Amino acid sequence: MTNVARVIPCLDVEAGRVVKGVNFLDLVDAGDPVELAARYDEQGADELVFLDITASSDQRDTIVEVARHTAEEVFIPFTIGGGIRTVDDARRLLRVGADKTAVNTAAVRRPELISDLAREFGSQCVVASIDARRSSDADAPASGFEVYTHGGRTRTGICAVTWANEVERLGAGEIMLTSMDRDGTRDGFDIELTQTISDAVGVPVIASGGVGTLDHLAEGVVDGHAEAVLAASIFHFGEHTIADAKNHMLSRGVTVRPPQ
Amino acid sequence: MTRPVIAVLDYGIGNLRSAQKALERVGAESFLTADAAEVEAADGVVLPGVGAFGRVMEAIRDTGVDEIAADAIARQVPFLGICVGMQALYESSEESPGVEGLGVLPGRIIELSDEVKRPQMQWNQLHSTATSPLLAGLPQDAWVYFVHSFAPEMTDDVVATCNYGGDVVAAAQRGSVMATQFHPEKSGPVGIAIIANFVALCDGAS
Repeated sequence: MTNVARVIPCLDVEAGRVVKGVNFLDLVDAGDPVELAARYDEQGADELVFLDITASSDQRDTIVEVARHTAEEVFIPFTIGGGIRTVDDARRLLRVGADKTAVNTAAVRRPELISDLAREFGSQCVVASIDARRSSDADAPASGFEVYTHGGRTRTGICAVTWANEVERLGAGEIMLTSMDRDGTRDGFDIELTQTISDAVGVPVIASGGVGTLDHLAEGVVDGHAEAVLAASIFHFGEHTIADAKNHMLSRGVTVRPPQ
Repeated sequence: MTRPVIAVLDYGIGNLRSAQKALERVGAESFLTADAAEVEAADGVVLPGVGAFGRVMEAIRDTGVDEIAADAIARQVPFLGICVGMQALYESSEESPGVEGLGVLPGRIIELSDEVKRPQMQWNQLHSTATSPLLAGLPQDAWVYFVHSFAPEMTDDVVATCNYGGDVVAAAQRGSVMATQFHPEKSGPVGIAIIANFVALCDGAS
């Protein structure tokens, strides 16, 4: 087989704690990122993504500790994103055991960050995170898909397809593509966006934003042509395990690493 | 019984801590080093690696890790190269023309097929092509994690392949030198079993 789709739970971390109303009934400390990471690993997660949403800069080091402890407990790849602005920011995370770093706003502002990271650590360490929205007003790019930054609040006028090609050229090894229109809606991925970007680039694409059912995960791969699917709430709220997700994807004809 | 001591060669690039933690998980004593005396005292040596072949080789040479590795291999201490650490054991790579590898394993590193997305960044199944103690006792077609755009060409040393746009070399062994294109330290329980096999070989050799 050639493409084996990855299922990636995403953990939003604030000041060293998972946020977003996590609700595992049988976890003593439901907010501990390392415990959650270990649980997802046991369920058969292929990778993990931690997004640091810590606002205050004096608590930024907490994500480094999360990376350090995760690397001690969990032997699958994990990515850290959020607030990475420099090569040194990335180095601190990789040194303690993170496998990849995801960059977003800082790379839109200063695209050389991607090439600097790729040169320093290799493309496999560099995930370009792209937040896109549909837009159709006079300032919108021709594709109708526009790059947003600052967690989806700031529009850039940049075409998401053009930017995806650019981050690949700069040396990103992977693209994490989030539809800001769908994020949090549970209506499913923006399939047209996902397919457009995935078909336009030669690097793997992680589809993100909008997963509400297990079928959505399969659609991201089958219809969206993504190499990986990322979801948060359907796993956090205990509705579905990673194993449920994979068994469903297998039943839809998607090749995945079967749950252990 | 003392724990086997495994040196993880540190030439300043990449995520070396995961390899060290995986070795400790299976009962080895492990440390990061580029010190010849420390490596000489070790029961086994691991050479991890990520990034571009040329940059990895430059860092290996700048830190003297090339001679430390060659010495350990000459003494037939169990040696494990991981990912670009595997590629470094070969003679050269299409990724960085003109840059010499360590030349411990004959052959060169070639680019993956352009009919598939590169890098291969996913779990894939191992297909055993020859017996190797490194891969002993694994489930049939075991799943391991790959992230790479290049891989060794097919040679007599190959012990396992995966399928990604064709057969791709996944593991090799030549005497005491073992190597994986995938990341055993990131391959969950299967990877931990492979690391345990390596540590058992180090234990037996000491």
